[in-house]
Amino acid sequence: MLVQFTTWDIVRNLLDAAKWTLALSLIAFVLGGLVGLAILFARISKHRALQAATKAYIEVFQGTPLLMQLFIVFFGLSLAGIDVSPWLAAAAGLTLFTSAYLAEIWRGCVDAVPKGQWEASATLALSYTQQMRHVILPQALRIAIAPTVGFSVQVVKGTAVTSIIGFTELTKTGSMLANATFEPFVVFGLVAAGYFALCYPLSLYAKRLERKFHVAR
Amino acid sequence: MSLVKIAGLHKHFGANHVLKGIDLDVARGDVVALIGRSGSGKSTLLRTINGLESIDKGELVVDGTALHDGRGDLRALRQKVGMVFQQFNLFPHLTAGQNVMLAPTVVKGTPKPEACDIAKEMLLKVGLSDKFDSYPDQLSGGQQQRVAIARALAMQPKVLLCDEITSALDPELVSEVLAVVRQLATEGMTLIMVTHEMRFAREVGNKLIFMHHGRIHESGDPKTVFADPQTPELANFVGAVQAA
Repeated sequence: MLVQFTTWDIVRNLLDAAKWTLALSLIAFVLGGLVGLAILFARISKHRALQAATKAYIEVFQGTPLLMQLFIVFFGLSLAGIDVSPWLAAAAGLTLFTSAYLAEIWRGCVDAVPKGQWEASATLALSYTQQMRHVILPQALRIAIAPTVGFSVQVVKGTAVTSIIGFTELTKTGSMLANATFEPFVVFGLVAAGYFALCYPLSLYAKRLERKFHVAR
Repeated sequence: MSLVKIAGLHKHFGANHVLKGIDLDVARGDVVALIGRSGSGKSTLLRTINGLESIDKGELVVDGTALHDGRGDLRALRQKVGMVFQQFNLFPHLTAGQNVMLAPTVVKGTPKPEACDIAKEMLLKVGLSDKFDSYPDQLSGGQQQRVAIARALAMQPKVLLCDEITSALDPELVSEVLAVVRQLATEGMTLIMVTHEMRFAREVGNKLIFMHHGRIHESGDPKTVFADPQTPELANFVGAVQAA
């Protein structure tokens, strides 16, 4: 016997799933930010081997599809005898992906600080660490805010891919509902609306920040 | 006993030999003007004196702190050599006062209140005691450059390097910056400046160095050197500058 789904049932289930999309996005963004910061410092350090290693790390994650990265984390770890839940694999995969992109975005921001700032602070006898902490990073941070918020949109949308390894977030729930209700157009329309509701405020906010910091400079 | 001693200094940019054996002695209280055409090596020479440009070969000694063939304690050297740039290079995220306080607190470990007093004193010296809390983008070019001078002075350098410090300024702002430099010279500050202000060089400087193709081509007292150039290159340069 068939269970009848009302539109409200669909919406209620999707809202419930959206919480997981949001949670995964937040975790990936926060952890990815922390890992990304570590990679940034290695990337801009004067240590040649560290530079090369982090450059390779960034290129690998930027040059392969997120889906492949998730497959490798999910299946690779189980192959190595470590049993990972889809939840853990999704969080780990997205964290690595986010860290690589954020490190590269932030490196661009550090590069955007004019050379004269390095020279002036060097002339005042500041050490590399002191230059970074007091002169370069505070300025890079201002430049970084808008593109960082902008990238968070990519993270939210990236979580959709984790449905394929079986993590039950918005997209996965959408597929299951579509199969059960035979109304894929309505269901996926609502799923898309859900992503839009999460992403649009973020990109609006990023645009506003961008304008604000452009005027301020 | 010279304060700055440069001997046999060579510098390459790739295949380009930009400084071809410079020997230079600067005594305490000297005001040295470096002139020459662009590409003559004058800015590069200035920038080697605090290690912004590395030295390939030769010796640089400032008040007892030495670099041999470019090796030595750069930060110790930089504590003795202040620098002011053409583009001011103030830290835009800090107020004028914080710009001046930064190096004393961070590098020398001067306590904040004391560094604040130093900053106030230095800003007073350059005539900007009322701008302590202003951010660089709220100041005119001339004011920014004076803050940059105050920032360099706060580290109590033995010698101050000035790299075309009026070149980026609107004409009406040049004099307020030159007035500060003139005052420093009268107070006995040792100054080495790359400049296009020939009149200022003649009036304030006591030593003029004309650079040509990476060498010191002619040097001496500015008044006599300007009046009676010994080489055709300098005569040519002086003529070109005065015609402009």
